[in-house]
Amino acid sequence: MLPRWVSRAAVWVPLAAAALWVLVLARNTSAGPAIREPGEFVVTLLDGVTFAGLLFVVASGFTLIFGLMRTVNMAHGSLFLGAAYVAHEIQTNMVGKDANIDARDVSLLAWILPLLAAGAVVALLGLLMQQLLLRWNQGQDLRQALITLAISVIAADQLLAHFGGVAQPLKWPGAVTHFFEIVGERYATSRLFMLGVALLVGALLWLWLNRTRMGMVIRAGVDDQEMVRALGINITLVFAITFVVGSFLAGVGGVLGGSFAGSVAPGVDGAWLLNSLVVVIIGGLGSVKGAVAGSLLYGMVVALSPAYLPAGYTYYSVIFTFALLAVVLAVRPAGLYGRVE
Amino acid sequence: MTAADSLLTVEDLQAGYGTSRVLDGLTFSMGTESVCIVGRNGMGKSTLCKTIMGMVSPTAGAITFSGRRIDGLAPEKVARSGIAYVPQGRRLFPSLTVEEHLAMLAPESRGKRWTPTAVYELFPRLADRRSNGGAELSGGEQQMLAVGRALLLNTPLIVMDEPSEGLAPSIVDDLIAVVHRLVSEGVAVLVVEQNLRAATAMSARQLVMTSGRIEIELTAAELLESTQLQSTYLGVDA
Repeated sequence: MLPRWVSRAAVWVPLAAAALWVLVLARNTSAGPAIREPGEFVVTLLDGVTFAGLLFVVASGFTLIFGLMRTVNMAHGSLFLGAAYVAHEIQTNMVGKDANIDARDVSLLAWILPLLAAGAVVALLGLLMQQLLLRWNQGQDLRQALITLAISVIAADQLLAHFGGVAQPLKWPGAVTHFFEIVGERYATSRLFMLGVALLVGALLWLWLNRTRMGMVIRAGVDDQEMVRALGINITLVFAITFVVGSFLAGVGGVLGGSFAGSVAPGVDGAWLLNSLVVVIIGGLGSVKGAVAGSLLYGMVVALSPAYLPAGYTYYSVIFTFALLAVVLAVRPAGLYGRVE
Repeated sequence: MTAADSLLTVEDLQAGYGTSRVLDGLTFSMGTESVCIVGRNGMGKSTLCKTIMGMVSPTAGAITFSGRRIDGLAPEKVARSGIAYVPQGRRLFPSLTVEEHLAMLAPESRGKRWTPTAVYELFPRLADRRSNGGAELSGGEQQMLAVGRALLLNTPLIVMDEPSEGLAPSIVDDLIAVVHRLVSEGVAVLVVEQNLRAATAMSARQLVMTSGRIEIELTAAELLESTQLQSTYLGVDA
């Protein structure tokens, strides 16, 4: 462990420098200093929080599965992408147009039904994957990681073969695609809608984990799986249900992410597996609380760094993601809410 | 073997980790009574508990409980067959409150002898700490919760691994009283103990374990009286 003052300095010095830069110094950046351009600042913060919502939906499923079963599901991004394609397929059928779908064509039902159906499809696929391939390798982390990695490679090729390399449309419902004014800036309602869905998912997840018997069993299983079994509880059933829920969350994330981007394209499976990994490394593997914290921190860095880098240097904003990871890992090697084993 | 001896029978049990054999031809049997397994550190007492519970697979031998073979079963199956476990070090769930530890097992206990309410009556201190996390309890409270959790399974046999470890003498007395109460209510208790006072107060039958087998069976009185036996089998120098 680092000495205490070093870890404190590693957190507060960069934070103070960043705050000073954003508030006063950030001339010649796309957003401008926050005291002069409060509207831009608020919009950037909103971008961060709403993107964090999407990150949370995807990463919470990932962390839930890892926390209970120690399975690093490398196919999590494939479930995300698969769900987005399924939703695209259903939505285009419901709207009755193949290309050039406009949000105005999309009724609320033509968004919610694809969301639930796509979530259900990948939840079933996740269950099959767990029952047919992972159950026999329980406790063998590396094998499970390799199996799911293989699935993700196969799934990526199969999706590419079926849906092609061109981006396919997936749209928000027309009812939420408006703009509203905040501190003199226009802001998209759909981003707040995405945050709303994420909050709903978070609330339901919290209720499930904290207010139901199965939630208690899951939390107990994260702590000490063998002891849960010695109390006569059939944990294999709990494993299966957790995999279903985790996969469903990846699917919901895929439909949100696809709608957010306006389209579904090959490659986002890998990107979203990486996003999930970044969130859980920051927050701590296996902790839902950590997924909230990790999503917020990562979301903020993703939103703030391009907005407040000098024009012409915004390409380097990804460096700040690595800086965030480096600081968190230096101060808390197991992540913010991770447990040291 | 008498009829009373037939609740749990362990015959020529062998088990270990990797290539090291920890249990080496262990044999004993018990009925609805309390039995203590005593012995020095490293003689395989905890491994015996884990092997009975299905956490360690035996390589040879048999464990028969209520007339059914249970060796090689998974832990949840062993528990379901009627054996509750109070592990060494309590192994509470840090993420769960006291109340949740009991609520998790409450549905199955409905209408039976031990419900969460009955556990709170037995251990009133737990009732005061309902919403505390498992890690926020004192050692004694933790042990009460570990015992209470096991009671909710309402099993005919409870296996306790070093329940008095690290507890204040007054709490150990409470624990001894609980063991007597359970036996008087028809529940068998198998206790692994290092603490001579606790072990001899909990049961008349003292099975001394050395190098993975039961070396000798003594009565509590014999063990208490003889400093010779104590230093030979327990390493206690009086």
